Amino acid sequence: MDIQTLTFIIVGLTFALYIAIAIWSRAGSTSDFYVASGGVHPVMNGMATAADWMSAASFISMAGIIAFAGYDGSVYLMGWTGGYVLLALCLAPYLRKFGKFTVPDFIGDRYYSQTARTIAVICAILISFTYIAGQMRGVGVVFSRFLEVDIATGVFIGAVIVFFYTVLGGMKGITYTQVAQYCVLAFAYIVPAVFISIYMTGHVLPQTGFGATIAEGVAGEGTYLLDRLDGLSAELGLAAYTSGIKSKIDVFAITCALMVGTAGLPHVIVRFFTVPKVRDARLSAGWALVFISVVYLTAPSIAGFAKVNLINTVNGPDLQGVEYEAAPDWVKNWEKTGLIAWEDKNEDGKMFYSGDERNEMTVDRDIMVLANPEIADLPAWVVALVAAGGVAAALSTSAGLLLVISTSISHDLLKRTLTPNITDKQELLWARVAAAVAIALSTWFGINPPGFVAQVVAFAFGLAAASFFPAIILGIFYKKMNSQGAIAGMLVGIVFTLAYIIYFKFVNPAANNADNWLFGISPEGIGTIGMLLNFIVSYVVHKMTGDAPQDTQDLVESIRYPRGAGGATH
Amino acid sequence: MAFKSEELAKAYWRDNISLVLKLLAVWFIVSYGFGIILVDWLNQFTFFGFKLGFWFAQQGSIITFVILIFVYVKRMAALDNKYEVHEE
Repeated sequence: MDIQTLTFIIVGLTFALYIAIAIWSRAGSTSDFYVASGGVHPVMNGMATAADWMSAASFISMAGIIAFAGYDGSVYLMGWTGGYVLLALCLAPYLRKFGKFTVPDFIGDRYYSQTARTIAVICAILISFTYIAGQMRGVGVVFSRFLEVDIATGVFIGAVIVFFYTVLGGMKGITYTQVAQYCVLAFAYIVPAVFISIYMTGHVLPQTGFGATIAEGVAGEGTYLLDRLDGLSAELGLAAYTSGIKSKIDVFAITCALMVGTAGLPHVIVRFFTVPKVRDARLSAGWALVFISVVYLTAPSIAGFAKVNLINTVNGPDLQGVEYEAAPDWVKNWEKTGLIAWEDKNEDGKMFYSGDERNEMTVDRDIMVLANPEIADLPAWVVALVAAGGVAAALSTSAGLLLVISTSISHDLLKRTLTPNITDKQELLWARVAAAVAIALSTWFGINPPGFVAQVVAFAFGLAAASFFPAIILGIFYKKMNSQGAIAGMLVGIVFTLAYIIYFKFVNPAANNADNWLFGISPEGIGTIGMLLNFIVSYVVHKMTGDAPQDTQDLVESIRYPRGAGGATH
Repeated sequence: MAFKSEELAKAYWRDNISLVLKLLAVWFIVSYGFGIILVDWLNQFTFFGFKLGFWFAQQGSIITFVILIFVYVKRMAALDNKYEVHEE
């Protein structure tokens, strides 16, 4: 069977599975729809959180980014996992005890203010929308390569599937679908990595293979893989793999913005409302990180293997370049998608990849995971599996984000602010309508991406770090914090971060270099400064306007211990 | 109030904060300390074929994060029981 047919079969089977789960677990009440009635087992919830968390970007792009950035890519590895420590220790148990549906719920009630609630709703929608458009695009890219349809059709198929199980199942349907999606994506990520690790180093575990010596029959045999990478990098005029080129302060700031942003993302936080107990909320953050680590510990290995493999294939074992005519099929397959290109500058008919003027190749980082099975000459079913994994990653994250958007509108905006008298049934209907509209909008964005969408996705973290994180932390750990302080802090944090990003990315991109950056911190890391500003402004304004009322302080006292946690309520 | 007295409530919160701060100190040292600030110095040592600083940045810190959360879950459960504020 050819790759095409196999891909249809495997992707089709996984779709059938997701839809069957959605029908089996459809939501009957708002509580089912928003938080699965708080009845999800912590291990299941951890797995669902992991699928929710790992987006098309994690699955498709992360290993590629690391392959090209080397040590500098560590910011994503540490940043996107370290946030779970903050979540487990500082946020999840308390928010679970608080017992509401959404992040704006917490902000609005804790700071006894509709203004605070509204700002939180706007931040939640802003963050989730920038994120989801990128996901729909990811679905489109995967489909267009593997099903050979155009990107618009690919996005459309993905939208129909997500629509079906988000609108029908709500959080309950999503949670169980995400468990299935996690299994598909983790399996699809690890199988090629194991094959490649065995081929390159003889190690079954890619994690240890990454630090091992290169196996017999592969160029550079007997040397440590990482030494080989550093050696190749030096020879080809690339930055050394195990040491980066980014400044220390920038690496520090980006890691911090990603960690804190992770802990402030509404679609991640809301997962901890779905477990029955406070203890389960702590545990479920731990399980989530276990399941995420399975993929995140594999990613740097894939990056290392893929980089060596790419150089071997393009430049040949003797580093003299390989005849284009003799290039393997995957080069030509992927040339069609525009993700790899060869320009014969010195007209010798040979391909050559390097970091200097000898370079003749344009290689998109996304190719590292998607084409990896082909580069390593793995069987066709592995290639099909990777397609199914990429789609699972994109669909699970889209569904989680859509739920946040629809909940923000039906619950936070309508029920809690504009029309408090609607019934449970009407609210559920509005949630479904909002989800449908949000899907339609994000499909449109996925098909017609305004150039900035892809770039903005990474900044959702900075925005979450600068807005939600300080407001929630102060809300839990500093009971005297008042509404004026929190509102001022959130506004200053998000406006500063947004302005800095917009200035360097869109207004004056020419100035986007270390000389012009504040303290040498790039727009990717500026959320860290936004977060600090938020904390400082909150504290100063609070000192000028007096303590929070006594009943709010009592409320904060009551979320600090687990006893008496009920199910999530209105 | 689930606590028998104001003092017990304060003591529980103090113990909780002290545990969280200790764990966050480890979290900070391993990732920001070993993985970023001291990475160049640590890279002179080799660990199973990895330069040590590089290993902390790409694998060691993630493994530590997982352990930290499970230690927290266990220690907090003990603390909840001690002060009798665990869930029934």
